[in-house]
Amino acid sequence: MTSFRPMLQLVVCNLKAFLREPEAIFWTYGFPLLMVVGLGIAFSSSRAQSVQFDVVKGETADRVMSLLGKNSAFKVTVNPPETALARLRTNRTLVVVSGSESGGYEYHFDPSNPESRAAKGVIDDGLQRAAGRKDAFESKEVIVEAPGSRYVDFLVPGLIGMNLMGGGMWGIGFVLVDMRIKKLLKRLLATPLRRPHFLLSVVGTRLVFFIPEAFFLLICAYLIFGVPIRGSVAAIMAVAFMGSLAFAGLGLLSASRAQRIETISGIMNVVMLPMWLCSGIFFSSERFPEFLQPLIQALPLTQLINALRAVILEGHSLFSQAMPIGILFAWAAVSFALALKWFRWG
Amino acid sequence: MDHAILCKDLYKRYQDGKKIVDALNGLNLAVKAGECFGLLGPNGAGKTTTVEILEGLIPATSGEVEVLGIRWGTGQDQQLRERIGITLQETRFQEKLKVREVLELFRSFYTHGMTTEQAIATVALEEKAQAWVRDLSGGQRQRLAVATALVGEPELLFLDEPTTGLDPQARRRLWDVVRDLRERGRTVLITTHYMDEAEKLCDRVAVVDHGKVIAEGSPNQLISQLGGEHVIEFSLEKGAGDGIEPDDFMKLPPVIRAVREAEGILLTVSQPHIAIPALLEFVDQRKGRLNSLTTRHANLEDVFVNLTGRFLRDD
Repeated sequence: MTSFRPMLQLVVCNLKAFLREPEAIFWTYGFPLLMVVGLGIAFSSSRAQSVQFDVVKGETADRVMSLLGKNSAFKVTVNPPETALARLRTNRTLVVVSGSESGGYEYHFDPSNPESRAAKGVIDDGLQRAAGRKDAFESKEVIVEAPGSRYVDFLVPGLIGMNLMGGGMWGIGFVLVDMRIKKLLKRLLATPLRRPHFLLSVVGTRLVFFIPEAFFLLICAYLIFGVPIRGSVAAIMAVAFMGSLAFAGLGLLSASRAQRIETISGIMNVVMLPMWLCSGIFFSSERFPEFLQPLIQALPLTQLINALRAVILEGHSLFSQAMPIGILFAWAAVSFALALKWFRWG
Repeated sequence: MDHAILCKDLYKRYQDGKKIVDALNGLNLAVKAGECFGLLGPNGAGKTTTVEILEGLIPATSGEVEVLGIRWGTGQDQQLRERIGITLQETRFQEKLKVREVLELFRSFYTHGMTTEQAIATVALEEKAQAWVRDLSGGQRQRLAVATALVGEPELLFLDEPTTGLDPQARRRLWDVVRDLRERGRTVLITTHYMDEAEKLCDRVAVVDHGKVIAEGSPNQLISQLGGEHVIEFSLEKGAGDGIEPDDFMKLPPVIRAVREAEGILLTVSQPHIAIPALLEFVDQRKGRLNSLTTRHANLEDVFVNLTGRFLRDD
């Protein structure tokens, strides 16, 4: 069949049109890289910081300062009670220490904030020890900071997944709606080009981008932060490919009816919002309540990010990821079929 | 097969919100193979709806359509699309593709056709072959659109308002392209609301109004059907001869029609050498004074005015 040629030509034209848009290139490659570097720097320097807290001005403050003031593990700020509590409420201090009636201390903190809770333990420990408490046994700290277990390592596969999602959705959605506005889709409909071939070429164009999008970030993260790449390149590529395919299908479906840029932007945001929130880009998706898990696990981004973490960080084989790959493929196939059915050409 | 296009009793009803719009009201059309046929009518007459049905882009509500002997939706759409070429009223190709790239893309859709170089030469865009679409003028973009319609060497070409919005020079260049196609034996269906364009390009025209063909024939036939081939346009000075109405002139012997046009009055006459003296005498009797007077040959615009009482150009 000669039908391969029009698809190839369409892909080539789409690629040329993309590469001639410097802004598009920046948002596709430059922006995600800046994000990895920025977040990586923010979260990678988390070693042994001093614990910061406020103490209420007065006799208590003098006592606390004499006990912990010279201890470099603590950073104490003395403030009048109102100021200290206001700082606690606005998250500018983790714990506020005041004196109790029995001559001990009261710790004001928010137990739902893990950092605040941890700081309270450390402060209590420090004060008790400085006041003369004897430990029941000697404990020793062993610090683990191996590449692969840091937050930046966790973050990078999440950002790659987010990037593949955004690229697939925006890349396809805007291009298609733009073509619809320009009446190009209608013009193509009047040629012998077959409809599924056109949609396949749009997906095909996206798939050309997934390799640079995924690997550019991964390699940069490897070089800058030493994020480990434990799985095989083929396995990572296969997972990223499936993810791209799923989001290309979803992008196609989202753009199948929209006639205005405003409409497609809205649809895209609605489709992506649950995944931005729940799919575990910045923290594990398992932190959400149990009853939400079936829904969250069904989202393509959740599956993509989990599979990426498994192959990149834990070196799992591709076979072990058959389940996520199957779910991603199902998303791709169903959304492509629906898009073909509902697609508006005129 | 002697007919390239046949359509009978074409109806098209749109639902536009709560409003029902009848775009076509029983339109009949027969275009012969090898002719350049014009659909002439004001904006909103149903020209674009008609061609889009003929092109198989939208379905008719009812009626029969046969294009190159094939009906749409009978399993031969693909073959039919290979044999027709179209330009839409408005298509904007990707701004950052080159002229040659756009044509290579469209060429790839057809199994048979001309080379992209030939297509570029046909519409005289050689100098712009490497230019981005972004950098083309309106006329050049329109010629590129025609080239994409031609690149598959279609037997039948649909051009929907190809010269709307172009400057006179760009229009003339496009006319040259269409004439060239007709000389090579292609059937061309062109829609326009410019009467001069239809007169200069088309072997036959159909005048369309309110979704119906109200007259059909060669431009000369249609003009001669007016009964008079000359038009006198004149205007009167203000404040003199008030109360003179177009109908007053119908009493003058060679005047066939009289209508008001903007500031003046427009008379269709068969013999200007009799009509003009009679006109001058009448104006004088009514104490009027002429501000201007010109005569010209009747054209398709006059045909439209005659049929509808309205002018093409004010829609």
